[in-house]
Amino acid sequence: MKRIYSVLVENRSGVLCKVAGLFSRRCFNIDSLAVGETDDESISCMTIVSSGDERTIEQIEKQLNKKLDVIKVKTFDENRSISRELMLMKVKYNKNNRRDILETCNIMKADIVDMSKSFMIIQLCDVPAKVKMFINMMQSVSVVEVARTGTLALQECLESEK
Amino acid sequence: MNGADAIIKCLEEEGVEVVFGYPGVAICPFYNSIVDSTVKSVLIRTEQNAAHAASGLARTTGKVGVCAVTSGPGATNLITGVATAFADSIPLVCITGQVNSELIGSDVFQEADITGAVESFVKYSYLVKDVNDIPRVFKEAFHIANTGRKGPVLIDVPIDVQNATISKFKYPEEVSLRTYKPTVKGNTVQIKKVVKELERAKKPIICAGGGVLLSDAEKELRAFAEKYSIPVVSTMMGIGVMPTEHPMYFGMVGNNGKAYANKAMNESDLLIMVGARVADRAVSQPDLITENKILVHIDVDPAEIGKNVGASIPLVGDAKHIFEEIAAQDINCDHDAWVELLNEYKEKMAPKRNPNPDFVDPAAFITRLSRKMQDDAIYVADVGQNQIWSCGYHIVKAGKFLTSGGMGTMGYSIPAAMGAKYANMDKQVIAVCGDGSFQMSMMEFATMKQHGIPVKVIVLKNNYLGMVRQYQHFTYKDNYSVVDLTGSPDLEKIAQAYDMHFIRLHTMEQCDAAIDELLAKDECVLMECIIDPMDLV
Repeated sequence: MKRIYSVLVENRSGVLCKVAGLFSRRCFNIDSLAVGETDDESISCMTIVSSGDERTIEQIEKQLNKKLDVIKVKTFDENRSISRELMLMKVKYNKNNRRDILETCNIMKADIVDMSKSFMIIQLCDVPAKVKMFINMMQSVSVVEVARTGTLALQECLESEK
Repeated sequence: MNGADAIIKCLEEEGVEVVFGYPGVAICPFYNSIVDSTVKSVLIRTEQNAAHAASGLARTTGKVGVCAVTSGPGATNLITGVATAFADSIPLVCITGQVNSELIGSDVFQEADITGAVESFVKYSYLVKDVNDIPRVFKEAFHIANTGRKGPVLIDVPIDVQNATISKFKYPEEVSLRTYKPTVKGNTVQIKKVVKELERAKKPIICAGGGVLLSDAEKELRAFAEKYSIPVVSTMMGIGVMPTEHPMYFGMVGNNGKAYANKAMNESDLLIMVGARVADRAVSQPDLITENKILVHIDVDPAEIGKNVGASIPLVGDAKHIFEEIAAQDINCDHDAWVELLNEYKEKMAPKRNPNPDFVDPAAFITRLSRKMQDDAIYVADVGQNQIWSCGYHIVKAGKFLTSGGMGTMGYSIPAAMGAKYANMDKQVIAVCGDGSFQMSMMEFATMKQHGIPVKVIVLKNNYLGMVRQYQHFTYKDNYSVVDLTGSPDLEKIAQAYDMHFIRLHTMEQCDAAIDELLAKDECVLMECIIDPMDLV
């Protein structure tokens, strides 16, 4: 079962280490982790994607809440959330595959953000599944390197939300 | 006023009477300032024992125990003591010196990343970078350590911060921590559910853990159990929640507990688990204890509920409050038949021993000792066979029983007894250990003599690491490996070296006279009981 945790923490040095350490100490998985400041500069938001059985998922939330640097833990199902991932990919191209690459980018709504005579950097911002799909489709091309942010997510807007 | 003076001022504000510790360069400003203060210092002989001594003090006073050691090896030596306190939720504030803050990260002499190293063994930790943060940090640390689920807090203070001038010292009156607000009061809806189950139940039982002692809820528990005739069993950490011979108390559960206590728990239809983790030594198959029964799990730490066992009724809150709240309800129940049945079990299933008459029988010895001890005496058991005999045969009257339950740290008893005695000079304090655990902490005799802390130490001597030997006897068919303690010192000479009174007991014949001699005077005594090396718990 995949679960997304949106964890608001004190924006202090060492907090990332404490939260990541909690996961390793208790043998919880981290599928991805993304951190950034929120609109309040004293607070950071960590978006952690994890998986496990029901008991593990509940324990993760409780253990996170126990940490004194954690302000709030929100947890939601992957498909009840709006999630995005940013990927940058550097590929080596030649005149034979250039057209194919551009076509794939076009279909997948990826942008070319930098280019030289034989290299280009492609940017894609989409749901994590699409990013994965794009990476698979580019297997035939010579990929030099890939950088991904990991999933960022917020719970979807609900009519009942106050 | 410099940072070190400010730290001492904070300790005075918190009413700290004593700091157990060991100096070194990086904590020298602190030890320079302590001289002129009302806070006393005790020079421990190895840092781990500073934390154990602070733990003994905390567990017998309800106050936060404080220790202070230097950077690098001083701090790393402390870790086992901190981890021991963490496993048993004992409130400590541990102060460590640190190298100059500008040098942190450059691997200079005696530098260790102690806040990083203790991360999974502390409730919280601080690395103080600005001298003006000291009052806030200490106020928070004492609050965090001794509220909610209690535990150790470590404060790492670089030497330049201790030496820096603090512009204005003002000790905060309150803490403001937006991330920390432990739930103390129980949820009313959940309490109503518990009351309903209590009225329905025919065979209710309370299993009390260390949390009951930590929340100072023994009186409330006892009143509750007496009022509604609800039998009580305890975990190892819960020993002392009720007097051992209280008619509603049915012993310690677990693989080293009483058979009738386990049977009572298994046969109950309503199990109220309070302040206990349901860890492997108390409940070997947590999933089974929820079969055919309602499990109410009360704990101040929400993460404990559902961690090892799924509760039918989870109830987050402080045990003291919750017992008061439940007792305030009107409950209609009658469990006399159940209590009668448990008394039958207790009689029939009492453990039978077949002691070797050529040696001291540790079980009989411990019982006779506890009968002769003062009612409010403090008994500290170490780890190993001695601990299991102590749990099984020590009779708690109105005193305390301390041991390292969660971590099972050998060598705990002597320093913990020392901390307990320091804070309770009017009470008898007795440490009972094996010859293995004794040799891990015997250096503290010097501390006792130096600071006048008259602890009585009893060594159950069998020349073996008995618990491991027993394990090898059952699991490895007597293939004894690295458990023989040949080479151990003559304890009489050790006592002589430290100028302590010494008693040796060979058989049960002189037992009563020896115990009388042990308890006669309030002085340091070392007593050796020769027990059968092949004895099993």
